[in-house]
Amino acid sequence: MTLTATPGKLERTGPPVRAVPPWRRKLRPYVLSLPAVFLIVGILYPFGLGVYYVFLNYAAQVPRPVLIGLANLTGVLSDAAFWNSAGFTVLYAVLATVIETVLGVGIALLLNRSSLIGRVLERVLILPLMIAPVIAGVIWGLMFNPQFGVLNYVLGLGSTFDWFSESRAMWSALLVDAWIFTPFVAVLVLAGIRSLPREPFEASEVDGASWFTMFRRLMLPMIWPYILVAVIFRFMDSLKVFDHVFVLTAGGPGDATRTLQIGAYQNSIITFKYSIGSTYMFLLWVIVFLTARYLVGVLGKAQRRAAGTEA
Amino acid sequence: MARELRPGQRKYSPGSIAADAVLVGWFIFSLFPLVWMVLLSLKSRSEQISTYFAFTPTLENFGTVLSDEGTRLTSVNFTEALLTSVINCVGAVIVSLVIGIPAAYAAGRWKYRGSNDVMFTILSFRFAPELMVIVPLFIIYNQLGIFDTNVGMIWVLQLVTMPLIVWILRSYFQDMPAELEQAALLDGYSRKRAFLMVALPLVRPGIAASALLAFIFAWNNYVFPLILTGSRHTPVTVAVTRFLGGGGQAYYNLTAAAALIAALPPLLVALSIQRYLVRGLSFGAVKS
Repeated sequence: MTLTATPGKLERTGPPVRAVPPWRRKLRPYVLSLPAVFLIVGILYPFGLGVYYVFLNYAAQVPRPVLIGLANLTGVLSDAAFWNSAGFTVLYAVLATVIETVLGVGIALLLNRSSLIGRVLERVLILPLMIAPVIAGVIWGLMFNPQFGVLNYVLGLGSTFDWFSESRAMWSALLVDAWIFTPFVAVLVLAGIRSLPREPFEASEVDGASWFTMFRRLMLPMIWPYILVAVIFRFMDSLKVFDHVFVLTAGGPGDATRTLQIGAYQNSIITFKYSIGSTYMFLLWVIVFLTARYLVGVLGKAQRRAAGTEA
Repeated sequence: MARELRPGQRKYSPGSIAADAVLVGWFIFSLFPLVWMVLLSLKSRSEQISTYFAFTPTLENFGTVLSDEGTRLTSVNFTEALLTSVINCVGAVIVSLVIGIPAAYAAGRWKYRGSNDVMFTILSFRFAPELMVIVPLFIIYNQLGIFDTNVGMIWVLQLVTMPLIVWILRSYFQDMPAELEQAALLDGYSRKRAFLMVALPLVRPGIAASALLAFIFAWNNYVFPLILTGSRHTPVTVAVTRFLGGGGQAYYNLTAAAALIAALPPLLVALSIQRYLVRGLSFGAVKS
């Protein structure tokens, strides 16, 4: 990197310095942020409108919606379909996060050894992550097909094995999810491992600690903040999963894989019940918000611990 | 020459062979769907469902997908979808850069009241459920007449590109020592010139990486165009799924060819910015 404008001479080269009044100096960051604030308003407006819909009986069939108070909330909260959807979403998010974190940390540890295969794999590791999840869904959908799909052929499952039966649909969706997003955890954790100082590990080697002790007592606490960052991203994103699950199952069979976002899509876009769809999304947003606050708190604590400022 | 070992690294042992075997397993699992997509895209119509690995490869599917022939067969104009994707994503990234760079600079350089509120509001867009915003936008867009237009898509894609660019660039501006700019100011540069001549060139790698990463995520987005576009300004992600249901006929080979074409731009861009990827993917939280 070249520093083209680093002053190397003693005499001034620019025009004489003008004194900037302090009020202008104070205003500067606000002026710079102004366009972004305008944009934020442009996005918060529809968001606010969405919250407003929760209290209306808005639907395409209702040309003049009126305020109906909390009726949508109580209606949705007493609807078994919503709880089914919410339960599936949380279960899916927990399973996806746990599976991808375990696999991702494992792959990161394996890649951290210096092996030729590892160096090759590292280059292509992120490819699934960079493909649109919806395209991943399309490709896997073709592979899952019982008649001509390649998976049943390669795995010797015959032509009747259905990857999207009621009991298997979630696991098939999770398989695709893990295919896409495990590399996300792996690259983050690998970057974390590589940023660690060498000295404590050399010391533990001198002390004759076993690999497992070294990992459990030394490495894990030190890379914990990196793992948590990955977990936060994966869990929050899994709560609002849509793309690949939608193209693979459209929420089916029945409503076996109907995530909250798919539920909102069905309510708002298929049956035009805008208020019900918005209520789904409002409740999902509440779940996301509360989880985010909790996880960010955990992360802050872990970062302070890893930095050694808190026991 | 023996490489110096990193923390947690060990020399070869019996276990390391097992470890390599596990890595190869992941390698196969990870690449097989991509290989399968390429194979399927090279099959002729008669071989698309009758063979698995032995077939006569042909490139004609790509020609079909990108020509009027493909549109006639599947009612998807894929060339137009590609153009739409390029316009939407480049447009969205440019808007985000123009608006986001000053905001990222302000947040990275100074502590001011409301700074954190602005930054976290922008970040919350990344984690908000998309449909919360899409349903009202669907109605607003229809009223404004920008449903199924590039302008509408560039607006809504700000939810994808803006948080990424602002947060990554803020981390770059924070890392840059303020002394460099102060030196320029002492030298008689105005604030504006110090920013343009000193700060901006120093974060150029950050700008390039965040812009390209934002491009990838805008390109890969599906749920916004699924609902906010109709048939005229459909991007590739939506167009690929339409191949599956086109005209009641199965064109799996064409679907695979279209998927491959749609996947190439993000893959090539990703490989070119691999060094900056971790920092970008974690919104500046993990620096490598």
